[in-house]
Amino acid sequence: MSILVDDDTRVVVQGITGGEGKFHTQQMVEYGTNVVAGTSPGKGGQDVDGIPVYDTVDEAVDEEDADASVVFVPPAFAGDAVFEALDTDLDLVVAITEGIPTQDMAKVNKRLTEVDTRLIGPNCPGIITPGEAKLGILPGNIFESGNVGLVSRSGTLTYQVVSNLTERGIGQTTAIGIGGDPIIGTSFVDALELFEADENTDAVVMCGEIGGEDEEQAAHYIAENMDTPVAGFIAGRTAPPGKRMGHAGAIVSGSGTGTAESKISALNDAGVPVGDTPNEVAEHVEDFL
Amino acid sequence: MKLHEYQAKDIFAEAGIPVPESRLAASVDEVMEAVEEIGYPAAIKAQVHVGGRGKAGGIKIATSEEEAREAAEDILGMDLKGYTVEKVLVEAGVDFENELYVGVTMDRGEGEPVAMVSTQGGVNIEEVAEENPEAIAREHIDPAFGLHPYQARKVVYDAGIDRDVANDVASILTTLYDLYEERDASDIEINPVMITSDGDVVAADAVMNIDDDALFRQPDLAEMEDEAAEDDLERKANDYGFDYVRLSGNVGIIGNGAGLVMTTLDLVDHYGGEPANFLDIGGGAKAERVTNALDMVFSDENVDAVVFNIFGGITRGDEVAKGINEALEAFDEIPKKVVVRLAGTNAEEGMEILNTDLVEVEKTLEDAVQRAVENAQEANQ
Repeated sequence: MSILVDDDTRVVVQGITGGEGKFHTQQMVEYGTNVVAGTSPGKGGQDVDGIPVYDTVDEAVDEEDADASVVFVPPAFAGDAVFEALDTDLDLVVAITEGIPTQDMAKVNKRLTEVDTRLIGPNCPGIITPGEAKLGILPGNIFESGNVGLVSRSGTLTYQVVSNLTERGIGQTTAIGIGGDPIIGTSFVDALELFEADENTDAVVMCGEIGGEDEEQAAHYIAENMDTPVAGFIAGRTAPPGKRMGHAGAIVSGSGTGTAESKISALNDAGVPVGDTPNEVAEHVEDFL
Repeated sequence: MKLHEYQAKDIFAEAGIPVPESRLAASVDEVMEAVEEIGYPAAIKAQVHVGGRGKAGGIKIATSEEEAREAAEDILGMDLKGYTVEKVLVEAGVDFENELYVGVTMDRGEGEPVAMVSTQGGVNIEEVAEENPEAIAREHIDPAFGLHPYQARKVVYDAGIDRDVANDVASILTTLYDLYEERDASDIEINPVMITSDGDVVAADAVMNIDDDALFRQPDLAEMEDEAAEDDLERKANDYGFDYVRLSGNVGIIGNGAGLVMTTLDLVDHYGGEPANFLDIGGGAKAERVTNALDMVFSDENVDAVVFNIFGGITRGDEVAKGINEALEAFDEIPKKVVVRLAGTNAEEGMEILNTDLVEVEKTLEDAVQRAVENAQEANQ
């Protein structure tokens, strides 16, 4: 079973005629995702591999009864694309785009408080319910259907941990990459809440990294509200203060907040074992099951 | 991207924020010309991207020709926390009675900009924030509406700013927010705003950092990027378009995706090695990018061994393998041992292509990192 997406999810791909949009639409369809429409302003009426293209998201949603979108629009236009998606009655918007200016995301973040749509990302690999649907760029073949939920700020680290799980025969309910930017739609706490409420999720893996205080907040939430066991991993233990390590959010301030140490100790205090290696995380999950 | 004080001050002055008269100088002679025009006392301030310049000896006040020459000779060419001082700002000294702090930054926890005002200016504001947070008045800003004038007044009153200058400080704050928004700043600060004995308000320093992701719509600011602020390897990484951070160890690390590369660094440390760098080749890398990455890491003379860790999603294992072969076949002798670990999209195809006469291959992340650490230790003996 799953959270947020399954094989009933009807997906619009925003930016379907671009290189990335086209390639990953094929990959999503191949995986079994129900992609019902694409959008590309000015290209309405065309089709991409038989999938109808519309000028606006509104039209795509109306005509094809879509309930989710995936955004593959370049950074300069991606903030606008997310606004457009939030202006329809979609349940879920997944923004893959990397490099959206932070002030654009602050405006999106504000709009999110005014609508019922959930945003995942930006700068994320997307979301997958193994065997049913994937919205994003995750490599489908490493995932197996099962009973463990996964939430992560990093794409490739997600793949690493999932492969450690799958190798042990531990499958996943749903895996969500929430993205590495300083302002994102769905937080760790949001995802943990959904996994806690999902009766098919028996354990959760949470992969965090240096920067910000989302992991500390998640630790607090786990201690107060979760019965489902959680295992953790924190990337960036060796990162020097003041340097930005790839992800915009992955910067350690000098004052001790946002460090790997503070995140690990917050998680440990909440009863969450944190692996030193991705493989150790999988071992902890095995112990839970 | 960081702007220098003199660059930020030009922008502030143009927007109507009062700044002291100043000249930029790159030699002792230029400093002497500048002080002659500006008069004494004059502040001579190193233009480098480091905090705490004053404490580190990068800012001096001159009250005579002799002192000005001495300060110019001391500061120009000095090493300030790893950066060589090539330019100084020569600025009219301000006779002040009070120093305030005014700034706007993104509160990432709230996902909103926040305006901050404090009467504790002229000192390390991070320390004030830590030790005495109530000394800084804060006001969150709805990014859709911007900073309303009533909010600017409110935060100035909350900070306990003297009524005589409250309106002037609020007006500076409003201008700062407008600049923050128009110029896609990530931080914008004046520390200190000086209040003179005549009750004038002057920006005695200026900090302006720009969101790198927004530089595409700030071309004039992008041009101000100061290449001298980076070391040679970081400049090279910039030219190649890599996310790269140089570190102090001897195990070179290349991978795809920030989280996975950070994890590879952590594992090098875990297995007793020391990472030499963070290098993320990003998503969807083609062969040429892989070749460039190896070139980067081999250029670092501290590197004794390399680990190449790829988990393909968008990135394809066969493209990576092709790039590794191409890069290494160019050498008569490969300068450092390279361990490769390929997983994910087209990893099997990649493993078939990979020339194992040139590299060692390990199947798991842990094994690859351990092998690279051993190689580095051997090379060091």
